Amino acid sequence: MLNYTLRRLAFAVPTVLVISLIVFLMLDMAPGDPTASLPLTIPPEVREQMRLALGLGDPVLVRYVKWLHMMVVVEPSHMIANATGWNIGVEGPRILSWQTRSPVGDIIVQRMPQTLWVVGLGYLFGILIAVPIGVISAYRQYSWFDQAGTFVSMVGFSVPTFFTGVVFILIFSVWLGWFPSMYDTTHQVRDWDSFVFQVRQIAMPVAVLALFNASQISRFMRASMLDNLNQDYVRTARAKGLREKTVVLVHVLRNSMIPVVTVIAIGIPTVFTGAIITEQIFRVNGLGDALIRAIYVSDWPMVQTITFIFAILIVLFNLIADVLYGILDPRIRYD
Amino acid sequence: MSAPARPRKKLVEVKNLKMHFPIAGGLLRRKVGAIKAVDDVSFDIYEGETLGIVGESGCGKSTCGRAVLRLYDITEGSIRIDGTEIGTMGQSSLRRMRPAMQMVFQDPQACLNPRMTVAGIIAEPLEEHGKLSGKARLERVFELMDAVGLNRNFANRYPHAFSGGQRQRIGIARALALNPRFIVCDEPIAALDVSIQAQVVNLLEKLQDDFGLTYMFISHDLSMVRHIADRVAVMYLGKIVELADRDALYERPLHPYTEALMSAVPEPDPALEARVERIILKGDVPSPANPPKGCNFCTRCPKVMEICHRVDPPYREHRPGHFVACHLLEADSAAHDQSAGSTGATPTNTSIQQGEDA
Repeated sequence: MLNYTLRRLAFAVPTVLVISLIVFLMLDMAPGDPTASLPLTIPPEVREQMRLALGLGDPVLVRYVKWLHMMVVVEPSHMIANATGWNIGVEGPRILSWQTRSPVGDIIVQRMPQTLWVVGLGYLFGILIAVPIGVISAYRQYSWFDQAGTFVSMVGFSVPTFFTGVVFILIFSVWLGWFPSMYDTTHQVRDWDSFVFQVRQIAMPVAVLALFNASQISRFMRASMLDNLNQDYVRTARAKGLREKTVVLVHVLRNSMIPVVTVIAIGIPTVFTGAIITEQIFRVNGLGDALIRAIYVSDWPMVQTITFIFAILIVLFNLIADVLYGILDPRIRYD
Repeated sequence: MSAPARPRKKLVEVKNLKMHFPIAGGLLRRKVGAIKAVDDVSFDIYEGETLGIVGESGCGKSTCGRAVLRLYDITEGSIRIDGTEIGTMGQSSLRRMRPAMQMVFQDPQACLNPRMTVAGIIAEPLEEHGKLSGKARLERVFELMDAVGLNRNFANRYPHAFSGGQRQRIGIARALALNPRFIVCDEPIAALDVSIQAQVVNLLEKLQDDFGLTYMFISHDLSMVRHIADRVAVMYLGKIVELADRDALYERPLHPYTEALMSAVPEPDPALEARVERIILKGDVPSPANPPKGCNFCTRCPKVMEICHRVDPPYREHRPGHFVACHLLEADSAAHDQSAGSTGATPTNTSIQQGEDA
């Protein structure tokens, strides 16, 4: 298993490099110009000098290698230095955002907590809702509970978050006035009242994301449970004279969780990448919000960096999902 | 094989057992019919004997076995095990009865939980029903593994690491864990190759002698049933058509279906094989959702009569211990009744035959 993991990690390096090159080149060749949003009164020579100042004068491959060096060496070292207080930050130029002129790494570190809280909680609650719904739906297949669950997950799955988000705001903020429609990032939890406010402001974005995630995962859970409920070993468990609870929760659920856990693991990168749309609707200034703003103003270093981090996370969690599969299912051996 | 003592005790009594599975159809998925997998079946199993159940695929053998252990909620009928009626018992009180009645399943691959080790699989019923401490439990697991001939060092392996025969031994050890009295063996050898089949059947016979077990042995392998069973029941389309002592059934079958079935057993002697007259049945088994009117076998019976299409023949004891459901015998026994001769059924001397089988 360890050998397998190391081999997969080694193979992941070229994959990630190819992805980084594609990301870099695609943005480089994309139409749009970082100076395009500047006032038209700026003369072309000045415009050209601004482009040179941004480092756009070098050939594309030179810029790629410089960026890659900063991306994999300089920025991580500063992130670790900031996080731990150790003085290991590598000297040298850092990837600067063209909008703010501050290092991209710092912006990402600033925005990460909001995203992790809102989107992470949305994912977590989604799983917590989805698993029992999936189990009960499968155990009582075609019952009214199953039908209702199927209906709700079809709605949650097919109605996009930009619609459910707005509907939630309309109902719970405008009509009922229970929750604020905007997320205040500057709010700090100091005492009970501020904690209650935090819960109230996070409730709606988390609910929107939880509904979306739960509807997907509960379908997987239900299908996987149905697969296993009809297996012969379930009949064996009943013939042993086990309690129905033991049969379902120990024998069926544990075997059904194998594919579901891997689906959940593969979905975790979306927690980091943030829910771009949901963050926009509720004004959560997380990573998704940072990405969409950077795209608006052609802030390529920002877009490249965030996209590259997503790519690494996706490759990494695919590997984690595969390893988890091997751990959970004794029939699978990678060596 | 020890001949059971004459005044035998009935361990399992099954009366008018019906197991119908509903067919849902139409827009609202209402019940539109039923698959009559087991339709009005009655038999007894005496303590310490092996009752073989034979029949072709889809005749309801396995369903019958599962229904007897109440792995299904039966449609109708009565099942008494050691005098206790379990046919209508709720699943929770049934759970306490489970130690006495166990099952060995057909597919040794699928019937073991892939995520549990062998020790876990065998120990689980002990945890649920027993009062053994952890150490004593492990000792019991090792004992059971010894009893079925599995190496103790394999206790922490997972089922996928074993061959089919070994997996079936795990399944048997698991079934034995709670010292059952009655075991339903649902085609325990069908998924194994021939050399392993013999091992598993010999193991089952040895365990029967050692622990005084009673078996209901479901199989489509007629030669194997002849080897292991004391009495044999033949099923066709959800009903028992004939039930008799093994030798009576194999030597002188009374029902036309049994005759046809027995004529299909391969004869090892090529000289005899050439002279064997096979009875070839025409057509397919009718659907158990829509069985024919009258006798279930009337569509394929070589000796079909007019009455067979109208009246379902009663299942009666035509000779001592020999139950048949066929109109041919109804006519015979009517004639017998007139001549008042009840000695038509000469008891067969079974001792020579048994010597051959062993």
